[in-house]
Amino acid sequence: MFAEIGYGIIVVAFIVALYSVGAAIYGERTKSPAVVESARRAMLLLWPLISLAAGTLIYLLITNHFEVSFVYEVTSREMPTYLKITAWWGGQAGSLVFWSWLMSAFASLVTLRKWERDREFLPWVIVVTALTTAFFLSLVVFYENPFARFWQTTGGQIVTSMFAPSASAVAYFPSDGNGLNPLLRHPGMIIHPPMLYLGFVSFVIPYAFAIAALITGRTDDRWIRITRRWTLIAWLFLSFGLVLGGRWAYDVLGWGGFWGWDPVEIAALMPWLTGTAFLHSVMIQEKRGLLKQWNMILIILTYSLVIFGTFLTRTGVLSSVHAFAQSSIGPVFFVFIGFTFITSLALLIYRWPDLRGETEMKSLLSREALFLLNNLLFMSVLVICFWGVVFPIVSQLFTGQTVTVGPPFYDRATAPLFAALMFLMGIAPLSTWKRSTVGTIGRVLWKSAAAALVITIILFFTYTQNIIALVGFYLIALVLLVTLYEFWRAAWARSKAAKENVAVALWNLFGRDRRRYGGYIIHISMMLMAVGILGINAFQIQTQGTLALNNSLTLGNYSIKYESIAQFTAADNRQVTRAVVNVYDKNGSYLGQLYPRIDYYPDAQQNMTIPGERPTLQDDLYVLLVDWQPASANGATFKIFVNPLINWLWIGSLVFFVGIIIAAWPDRDPEYASVRWRARRAEQTSAAD
Amino acid sequence: MGRTKFIIGGVLILAAVVYLIVSSTQASAEYFMTIDELKAQGQSVAGKSLRISGAVVGDTIQYDPKTLTLTFDVANVPADNNLIDAQGGLAAVLHAAVIDPNRSRIKITYTGPKPDLLKNEAQAIMTGQLGADGVFHADELLLKCPTKYQNAVPNQTGG
Repeated sequence: MFAEIGYGIIVVAFIVALYSVGAAIYGERTKSPAVVESARRAMLLLWPLISLAAGTLIYLLITNHFEVSFVYEVTSREMPTYLKITAWWGGQAGSLVFWSWLMSAFASLVTLRKWERDREFLPWVIVVTALTTAFFLSLVVFYENPFARFWQTTGGQIVTSMFAPSASAVAYFPSDGNGLNPLLRHPGMIIHPPMLYLGFVSFVIPYAFAIAALITGRTDDRWIRITRRWTLIAWLFLSFGLVLGGRWAYDVLGWGGFWGWDPVEIAALMPWLTGTAFLHSVMIQEKRGLLKQWNMILIILTYSLVIFGTFLTRTGVLSSVHAFAQSSIGPVFFVFIGFTFITSLALLIYRWPDLRGETEMKSLLSREALFLLNNLLFMSVLVICFWGVVFPIVSQLFTGQTVTVGPPFYDRATAPLFAALMFLMGIAPLSTWKRSTVGTIGRVLWKSAAAALVITIILFFTYTQNIIALVGFYLIALVLLVTLYEFWRAAWARSKAAKENVAVALWNLFGRDRRRYGGYIIHISMMLMAVGILGINAFQIQTQGTLALNNSLTLGNYSIKYESIAQFTAADNRQVTRAVVNVYDKNGSYLGQLYPRIDYYPDAQQNMTIPGERPTLQDDLYVLLVDWQPASANGATFKIFVNPLINWLWIGSLVFFVGIIIAAWPDRDPEYASVRWRARRAEQTSAAD
Repeated sequence: MGRTKFIIGGVLILAAVVYLIVSSTQASAEYFMTIDELKAQGQSVAGKSLRISGAVVGDTIQYDPKTLTLTFDVANVPADNNLIDAQGGLAAVLHAAVIDPNRSRIKITYTGPKPDLLKNEAQAIMTGQLGADGVFHADELLLKCPTKYQNAVPNQTGG
């Protein structure tokens, strides 16, 4: 009953989405605002419709309707209700509904804005967003239906189908479900996929405006100004999705790392790379009227990579820990990506002459040239990632022998590029528009460069002699010092000019140019994260051992003592084996207790190894209970990691959040605000005379 | 002059990226093989960096927690996705591989914590080298258990 209702609503939503696309095109071509308005209303109907279908699906999930095959696959009686709800995006069919739901929400938000000056964009924004929604709904309707049920034929066979496959078939009710993959039963899983999807979906909005700009021929930077905040929000979600995924891997996968260059991780990283490049290069278009064609290329690539990323995550074409199922939707995705990519490129080529730069770049060290270099470096990282992902397929095609590349390939190939990006982050804020020289940059850079060198030398004598790590630390110190120096310089100048206290001046600075100073805070956060990444990669140490009760194991500055172990059954029927270990520092002072454990999930017949962690600013002590047999007197086996500096990665991500909020904080109306500021400045100057 | 320096800069970046890709690919290439292919190649690939895929034979899993040494056998499964689909999906293919005593098998050793997903009829993807003793020494072990998600026949209740 509920399954039919849910499926029915999805079918209706699919038709409404198609109608919206058709009506928007027809209305635009025939210049009839009433038809466009009807398309807009159809678009606004999508979100309530998909919400209703999603509500039905959630109802089926939380009420154990195992005759629905999706419910059977991702839930079981033992799972707590909140996990049953998150199971919505724990399997392929459900996550496609989830994607459509988010897409329709964002599309509705954008269609609700005031369109006065931008009326001509409206139909095409509707076409792009509704078409993307329709594509994902079509996958649900025709290929991956979360409402399909089990049926038993007269021959005794179990088949999965939406409606009874024959008149004699009877509905089939399994007694319990498979349960969600235990790896996904973690609070991190509640927010990691939605964050990533929110990032994916919100990048569709700037793309929609870009396409609208190409079709209407209104190729000034209006589309960029309208979608600036969308791009920032998309970037925020995508970045957070990536960081949360790393945190989840660190806490759950039990290998003492957070990033493994897994194809699916790369699939999420690729749109982030183009998105980050886009974020930077739109500023060149706004300030200097350059790189217009390039910005179009970047947003088209980002959109294609978003769809490609969803395709890689959801279809299991690549061997990966994330690929939970093989599926038939691969070719359909391929066709859709091909269609949108080729159409976008065709439009771009058609408008190519209109998108020429208004001036020319002259100086290699001007700010616009450095931004261009930043873009090229991000694109180079993208090319390396893409090469790594497709190389197995390419080598198979050309040599008949599949050759794959693993994490060492990515580490080796991308590290010099990331180092170059960091160096750019250090010098670009000091460059000026139109023209800079080694001399002009050098005059403001040398103090920071010298101070960073002093810090590196101190680190050499006190912390590490690892050359690569020292180069990394030098670059991090350089960027941090340059950025702080920029804050100081601007605040100082303002405090003198406006006769304000330096702290007040700094505060006002943020208010005046949020985008720039929010951006600098993001640069600082990236450097904090770099400290964590460098720390775990360069200095991670590990050991393991089998301990009898009250025996100890030492690693680095820590020593752990095995105190006790217990087995019990948790509320969700998980069988927990939990060890208690005391942690001491190298002088023998007691630091605290950790509880590494193994959870056994009977429904999925699977273990989960959950580490005990002791985070500090210097490092993270990470203890795994590897093995313990109740019958044997051998004691328990532990594996310990000390991950230096890793917590700066998570601290950096919080600073990142602050930076992006500052950068994206709405001005009342940008033009109005800047006029007002100029008026006030004029007032102050005249008062000073 | 204005354009030339930008073109030179662009060419330099391009050359650097091509160099990074080519050298890193050569340094970390892993040859992907099925167990049949590995057996056919024999000792000619000993010491090379390989990536192999197979079905875990549950009865052969042995783990020594003192040394963290893990050994188990894997049975040959085809690598071609279309072939797997034609034979009834990954779960069916893995099951068939494990119960068939005539399938070619290879012994794997691995040092480290026993992976949570290691069990009978899981798909294992391993990176490592073939030793002179004919045992595959895995440095990295990736496991998938398709049976948990697809094709498992549910138990019927009274209804």
